[in-house]
Amino acid sequence: MITLENVTKTYSSNIGLEDASIHIDKGDFVFLVGPSGAGKSTFIKLLLKEIDADSGSIVVDGQEVTRLSNREVPLLRRKIGIVFQDFRLLPKKTVYENVAFAMEILHKSRKQIKKRVPQALALVGIPDKADKYPDELSAGEQQRVAIARAIINKPSLLIADEPTGNLDPATADDIMDLLNKINMSGTTIVMVTHAKDIVDKMNKRVIAIESGHIVRDEQGQYGYEMAQDDVKEEVFDDAYDRL
Amino acid sequence: MRTIGYNLKQAFLQIGRNKGMSLASVFAITAMMLILGLFFVITVNVNLFSEMLKSEYDEVEFFLEDGTDADEAQAIMDKFENEPGVQEVAFRSKDDAMKIMKQRWGENGYLLDSLGDNPLPDSVLVTVDSPENASKITEAAEGMDGIEDVKYYKETVEKLTSITDSLQIGALVVMAFLIVVSVVVVSNTIKLTVFARAREISIMKYIGASNWFIRGPFLVEGIIIGIFSALVSAGVTYLIYDKIVDIIGTDVMTILSCPMVPATYLAMNLVAVFAAMGVSIGACGSIISMRRFLDT
Ligand SMILES: Nc1ncnc2c1ncn2[C@@H]1O[C@H](COP(=O)(O)OP(=O)(O)O)[C@@H](O)[C@H]1O
Ligand SMILES: [Mg+2]
Repeated sequence: MITLENVTKTYSSNIGLEDASIHIDKGDFVFLVGPSGAGKSTFIKLLLKEIDADSGSIVVDGQEVTRLSNREVPLLRRKIGIVFQDFRLLPKKTVYENVAFAMEILHKSRKQIKKRVPQALALVGIPDKADKYPDELSAGEQQRVAIARAIINKPSLLIADEPTGNLDPATADDIMDLLNKINMSGTTIVMVTHAKDIVDKMNKRVIAIESGHIVRDEQGQYGYEMAQDDVKEEVFDDAYDRL
Repeated sequence: MRTIGYNLKQAFLQIGRNKGMSLASVFAITAMMLILGLFFVITVNVNLFSEMLKSEYDEVEFFLEDGTDADEAQAIMDKFENEPGVQEVAFRSKDDAMKIMKQRWGENGYLLDSLGDNPLPDSVLVTVDSPENASKITEAAEGMDGIEDVKYYKETVEKLTSITDSLQIGALVVMAFLIVVSVVVVSNTIKLTVFARAREISIMKYIGASNWFIRGPFLVEGIIIGIFSALVSAGVTYLIYDKIVDIIGTDVMTILSCPMVPATYLAMNLVAVFAAMGVSIGACGSIISMRRFLDT
């Protein structure tokens, strides 16, 4: 599903990724962990072609991403579902319209949209919120909307960047159950996280990045003891990223 | 077809959910168009006035020497009949000239009775099609046998035409300037709207929306706002102008002996000009203002 070969991305003075090679199979569930500034966001931005690699090859779903033109980038992104820590819902659209939007992009018929959106909302557990606006929902419910939007077109890959970062532990567990369910149905999932509890509990493949290098790739544990301060700094970092 | 429907629906939704911004845009465009409308109306009327002026002062009068007989007068008339630009040649006897003068003097006409013998000369009136040809005829006639004097309001006409010409050029310059200003104002207003939605646009791109998919509703929104402003401006301009014609139309007629262009005649032109401007201002405005957000 994803193959990186000797990918290097340097920013003016910082290293994003250096000579990184990763292979992720179809149907895998992979956690991406590592300290702040390790290169996790760089990895995801490269997959979405939000930034370009300096060298190396990136293949996503059989497509060489590094060779895509700007025009083809939307086509790439339509094959990938994305979920963010801050949900990124369209604030002036209802829950229904937010999810429908992902189908409208693909020029799906109104009939198909009317059929599929309620199904997706039911799948993520909020069948009764269709007419609400995002700011009328709890954080957990908003993330469910974002997940519904991410899977509505049945992508083969779902990328989640700290999807539980803004959620309390109980809600986070619900969201993880949901992601697990989606993975069971065959969708490959790559999830960036700092949630030690979650990683330890799920017992999936864990790829650890430090200073742009892959330092560990094995099934099992989170592997870091994170001080609370680090977590805060990381959250701040990601917020800064988005500005 | 579905795409047009989608863009229209989204555009109306966006307008509805951003009433403040949409209203601000309409306000800005309408204000500009009203000023444009003012100059448009002025230009049209000055244009008419200048045409009237040219057609009114299209007469050259030759005063014939005392004692010129009918044959000689006819010879002069025949000579000018076939000059280029001459439309009509007519003879005016000294008696007719006196009658006309008395009429013009009105109540004070009796003063002319005390003159005894009619001192006015016979004359030949040459109607020409343009001030240029009038000047040529004047030059040709001056110093001819049998012609005492040539009267043509050359300077008056030239002065007036130069005044109306510069008025029109001035109005055009102001209009061009205002169009540029309104495109800038509008694209800035829409830029604010787009800026307020920069985050939305970036989210849409993450989900995989193409640039045209994102641009579509904004483009339609700009065009709708433009057309709406155009209709409002055309309506307001029409009503105000109609009122003005109502109030001062007759006075203008008596003072300048030139009618004002009727409001109903202007209406279609106003709507057409404003609508064309509204559509292009709205479309240019939204495309210009979105460029920065879509160049990934
Ligand atoms: N736009 C950028 N300009 C310069 N340096 C950057 C930029 N984005 C990221 N970096 C640097 O690249 C390295 C990796 O960053 P990132 O991929 O965001 O790490 P992570 O998401 O793991 O915290 C860091 O040293 C960071 O400072
Ligand atoms: Mg990051």
